[in-house]
Amino acid sequence: MRAPLNTSSAPAEPTGPMIAMTNVSKWYGDFKVLTNCTTSVNKGEVVVVCGPSGSGKSTLIKCVNALEPFQEGQVVVDGTPVRDKRTNLPKLRARVGMVFQHFELFPHLSIAENLTLAQVMVLGRDRGAALDSGMTLLDRVGLSAHAKKFPGQLSGGQQQRVAIARALAMNPIVMLFDEPTSALDPEMVGEVLDVMVQLAREGMTMMCVTHEMGFARKVANRVIFMDKGEIVEDATKDDFFGHARSERAQNFLSKILQH
Amino acid sequence: MNYNWNWGIFFEASPEGTGTYADMLLSGLTWTIVTALCSWVIAFLLGSLVGVMRTLPNRAANAVGTTYVELFRNIPLLVQMFLWYFVLPEVLPEQWGSWLKQLPNAPFYTAVVCLGFFTASRVAEQVRAGIQSLPRGQKMAGTALGLTVGQTYRHVLLPNAYRIILPPLTSEFLNNLKNTSVALTIGLLELTARARAMQEFSFQVFEAFTAATILYVIINVVVIFISSWIERRVAIPGSR
Repeated sequence: MRAPLNTSSAPAEPTGPMIAMTNVSKWYGDFKVLTNCTTSVNKGEVVVVCGPSGSGKSTLIKCVNALEPFQEGQVVVDGTPVRDKRTNLPKLRARVGMVFQHFELFPHLSIAENLTLAQVMVLGRDRGAALDSGMTLLDRVGLSAHAKKFPGQLSGGQQQRVAIARALAMNPIVMLFDEPTSALDPEMVGEVLDVMVQLAREGMTMMCVTHEMGFARKVANRVIFMDKGEIVEDATKDDFFGHARSERAQNFLSKILQH
Repeated sequence: MNYNWNWGIFFEASPEGTGTYADMLLSGLTWTIVTALCSWVIAFLLGSLVGVMRTLPNRAANAVGTTYVELFRNIPLLVQMFLWYFVLPEVLPEQWGSWLKQLPNAPFYTAVVCLGFFTASRVAEQVRAGIQSLPRGQKMAGTALGLTVGQTYRHVLLPNAYRIILPPLTSEFLNNLKNTSVALTIGLLELTARARAMQEFSFQVFEAFTAATILYVIINVVVIFISSWIERRVAIPGSR
């Protein structure tokens, strides 16, 4: 038996969904990038967000941890409203893991330091404990031999696995993935998806912006399709792939599933 | 040209009665180095602060940073030196003004502050450029992990930005070192001032300024060596 990737201490059973978005709208100047987006992600659920480029998928998941500010609506994460002056955002963000398209490991820190920095600075863990949990997770993503290396010495796929481990080291209650495989060479996509599948099967709550429909088929509970800043379709996996209701979603699916 | 070369002049006693001409030049060199180092501390710290302010998502901080940079980099250094030394004591409340005028080593303190503030405006621009050259995702990654703005700068952005701007920062350090010569106008007895004094006392103008030139070149070469040593030391494995 492999030890689980997900080591978050389960909080008291939440009363509402893990992520609840209500009528989220966002503008860049005059340009509206998100229009009345409403959806939710329940505990343990895996939700895949897809859609054509520029449809607002990345912006939407960055609203969950307020990396992108939004002007209207509300996002509530595990009972904490994101758009509220009283909310301690760094504290909230520490509980929401995020994986980026371009990995964004800190290039001047070794892999081990990448894994421990926020644990020490944000969670106040002592270095030894932080290193222990970091190394455990590094082992789980199959990279324990690389702890002393620097990000620039790893392949893209390896860097992204480290980035996932770095996010997990904070014991997040939910994980956000922003196109985690889009910047990878094709032969490295699999190793990253494997880690994500394992995580999903262990019950991690996940919101993933991705075009990997195979991944969606395998582990998603729901699929959200976005276009032009709107949530066009929010359906269970089977409904979405079986008979997507909107023409735009059908169109999109036919384009990406052709190849 | 009827010039009487005398390279032995350095070992002759200077009319100041405190040693040879060589001692005089070396004392000037010491002042040059001390002034350069002290003003660099101000320039580096203040410049970093101002540079960071210009990158913060806060309008007031941007405005303060921009005003600082434009003010201090657009007034000639010589004018700034005069403003600090001759004008400031007059516009301050009388007590402060006379305290300043009576300060021992006033030219030194003035030169340090003046050069520090002037060079800070240039360091600030490089720090800003360094931070802005980093991928936007780096700041996001720090933020997403729960680091505060201060922690993200301290542990993520600045360590990378400084590595990138190390070469232009070295140039700035060298400029600052050479700019100390401007302080001779307010009476700082640094290397150029001493070379000039030697010329006036001894009429050996070529020897005096040849020596000054060589000394400037030597310290700048040393600085360049130190800088490339630092560059090698902080180089990140796996990056170009």
